[in-house]
Amino acid sequence: MMRYLPHTPEETAAMLAAVGVDDLERLFDVIPPECRRTRPMTLPGPMSEWELNRHMDGLAARVTPWSRARVFLGAGSYPHFIPEAVRFVTQRSEFVTAYTPYQPEMSQGTLQAIFEYQTLTARLLGLEVANASMYDGASALAEALLMAVRLTGRRAVAISRAVHPLYRRVAATYLDPAGIERRELDFGPEGTTDPARLADARQIAAVAVQSPNVFGCLEPLAAFAARAHEGGALCVAAFSEPLAFGLFASPGSLGADIACGEGQSLGIPPSFGGPGLGMFAARLAHVRQMPGRLVGETHDLEGRRGFVLTLSTREQHIRREKATSNICTNNSLCALAAAAYLACLGKRGLRELARLNRDKAEYLKRGLAAQGVRPAFPAPTFNEFTAVFPPGFRERYLRLAENGLVAGFPLERWYPELSDHYLLCATEVHERADLDALIAEVRP
Amino acid sequence: MNPVQAAAGLVFEEPLLWERGRPGRMGYSLPRRDVEETPVPEALAAEPPEIPELSEVDLVRHYVRLSQWNVAVDTAMYPLGSCTMKYNPKTNERQAALPGFALAHPLLPEALCQGALELIAALECLLAEITGLDAVSLQPGAGAQGELAGMLIFHAFHRRQGRPRSKILVPDTAHGTNPASAALCGYRAVPVASGGQGILEPEAVARLMDEETAGIMITNPNTLGLFEGHVAEIARIVHAKGGLVYGDGANMNAVLGRVDLGRIGVDVLHLNLHKTFATPHGGGGPGAGPVCVTRRLAPFLPVPRVVHREGRFFWSEDFPLSIGKLQAFWGNFGVLVRAYAYILSMGANHLEEVSRLAVLNANYLRVGLRGDYEPAHDRPCMHECVFSDARQRPHGVTTLDIAKRLMDYGFHPPTVYFPLVVPGALMIEPTETESKEMLDLFLAAMAAIAAEAREQPELLREAPRRCLRRRLDEVQAARKPRLTGSPPAP
Repeated sequence: MMRYLPHTPEETAAMLAAVGVDDLERLFDVIPPECRRTRPMTLPGPMSEWELNRHMDGLAARVTPWSRARVFLGAGSYPHFIPEAVRFVTQRSEFVTAYTPYQPEMSQGTLQAIFEYQTLTARLLGLEVANASMYDGASALAEALLMAVRLTGRRAVAISRAVHPLYRRVAATYLDPAGIERRELDFGPEGTTDPARLADARQIAAVAVQSPNVFGCLEPLAAFAARAHEGGALCVAAFSEPLAFGLFASPGSLGADIACGEGQSLGIPPSFGGPGLGMFAARLAHVRQMPGRLVGETHDLEGRRGFVLTLSTREQHIRREKATSNICTNNSLCALAAAAYLACLGKRGLRELARLNRDKAEYLKRGLAAQGVRPAFPAPTFNEFTAVFPPGFRERYLRLAENGLVAGFPLERWYPELSDHYLLCATEVHERADLDALIAEVRP
Repeated sequence: MNPVQAAAGLVFEEPLLWERGRPGRMGYSLPRRDVEETPVPEALAAEPPEIPELSEVDLVRHYVRLSQWNVAVDTAMYPLGSCTMKYNPKTNERQAALPGFALAHPLLPEALCQGALELIAALECLLAEITGLDAVSLQPGAGAQGELAGMLIFHAFHRRQGRPRSKILVPDTAHGTNPASAALCGYRAVPVASGGQGILEPEAVARLMDEETAGIMITNPNTLGLFEGHVAEIARIVHAKGGLVYGDGANMNAVLGRVDLGRIGVDVLHLNLHKTFATPHGGGGPGAGPVCVTRRLAPFLPVPRVVHREGRFFWSEDFPLSIGKLQAFWGNFGVLVRAYAYILSMGANHLEEVSRLAVLNANYLRVGLRGDYEPAHDRPCMHECVFSDARQRPHGVTTLDIAKRLMDYGFHPPTVYFPLVVPGALMIEPTETESKEMLDLFLAAMAAIAAEAREQPELLREAPRRCLRRRLDEVQAARKPRLTGSPPAP
């Protein structure tokens, strides 16, 4: 007997009799022989629950989590402490095992939680509306650029080379088959993108910059927004670390029309890269071209406040090939976690935590510089920055890693011209002793 | 037997987060500051966003109360057709939460994440074996992104052949994501009408298939719950014109261990892990939509791919024909862990049993309901059965009313008004994890509702009455959208 399958032999027999079939296999008579497998499936198992635990513990033991090592990796996924209260409410069965809230009267919990998420996201990003979530920061950027193409009717976009390279690759996957041209804006020696490089704002649908960018540097977003708007283009602001907006100005307040990025930092474990949270916010005027689900407030027959999925005429199940996106299932539970995390911090907690993140990174930056390991770029940063390590550090990097100290991310993998450049991240989970250990290890 | 599963209990009203919050509270335990403060340059400083402030008690009570407003698989039968809401095993949550998985950074040097890479490689092999296809990518973030991956593979394949194509055949029973995904590749969706038996006829496909058409997207079993019995012949027709066959594997749960997709002629297939492999849906995700292909299409799969050399696992980007990346990192690993754990818990025999019982349960409902409701096709079904409101409409009662009334009996309604080919559709999928007595209660509820429709139709039109809220005004919500809470007082 398998514990997930409730049927007793007697029940199965009674049900077969009701259906008028004498054997379970006869239920599959409609499958023609030429469609059938020629041999049964060969799979491991079945494992008992105990055996499964042993097997999975064995696999998991061969991965080094940030909790067991000194890992200074950011680059799109950030180690942050998740309060138990946030983890606990996110694990409530009623949230975890519900479907998309198609029937609002039975789904008010999910719907109100997502409405709250949309509201907190809009406030955090400084824009008027936010959707119920996308898959991740990279696909959110791709969808933002497609939205800009729909809004402007122009079929080219400009993207800064300091936007996370993996985001740019996802954008390419979405844009290239549709024949949308991608123009790249190079970054300068300050580690940021010069708005003066944007010469063709009249021909493009949008300019996309990320702030803080992939090198950790804050971009001159306001200047990009101004240039884009002069040419009738949209300013798309990407991000991978939304905690920065607890300290620095939000993308919307700097003039961005769409803010899109990764929300994993907000109460979601890194999980080897996913599931994360695609955050997406825009102006109310553009809402009918927005991708993704939206929850709206309404009232019931008795006038009581309630929430429903709304503006679904944008979506694939109504509009099919004319939909604003093909997205259906998104990352709702992660959105709920992000809202719970933000509310757990609150306004002051968010500010304090953001400040602490920056201070840890600044401490590390100064400590390294004192050892002769200089920051690569002068632009201000949040909780990660790029440093130039001594030539030939690569070998030491691997040796240190095997001993449980991951000295950042070697940017040469993404930017061949940036040899010996390492992207280092420090957050509240790194204690001073961890930072000092890294400083001691990378001494030239 | 009393078919009313719903009981009136005490639930609580709960305000919005910012109505609950009080300035000065905090639910977070700030880490000790062990480094000095570095002043923020004035030009960069900004006021922090207006995030409500709650104590931990407030926060927990808020979300626990909200959770009690949801019906979920863990509380009741949830027979949403084509959404497949089966039981989500609890051990899988434990596995995904292991620190080695949950707290692993995606850019760890390969030497530090061998266990995760091995899991990915192993799950790819398991899904290849289950589907009968040759190569798998686990990167797509949900079914619709798996479809997009499939369409991008079509696009890349035809371009490689030197003959890009402009159209794609999409049956009228398809999920809405099918045409939307195809449109992202610039394909014009050409609808194919299903035949009188509710399945595709080879002649209809032959009439439409030409050398401008990239291929066909087939959901099998289809959204009427019927097996597309001509699929192999259709595949031959499409292949003869140089096209490819896309299988929407959303309904794979019906045919585990029985069908060989490769033999059928499917070139690309996506799977929805929450449907067939019991990962929780989370009230709208996260999901995962692995894409499986035949050997000749393997070079086009998303990158990076895990390769195994000399006893070690590595990421490889060395696939020049690849469609590229769909997610920043490697996919929804946390979801993959759960599906992997599920397959290992089941083994081949129990997975076959899953399909047997899913199909048995659906047919048991089909036979039990046809006395009161009009079946779309009165013949044996696979994992789901479709009815309409044709017999209730004369009483002024619609599918929506039936769905809302089911809530008062304590059942989540089935999928309604889909597939579009059945007016007033009620699409019911019980899944294998519902027991006979639960199905009997559901049948009793549906019979009682059919009687009410005849005798007291206002009971249906005024339903639901036992939920936290009565019917919600969706027209108002769309006409005057209120998508965020009021801005906080200055």
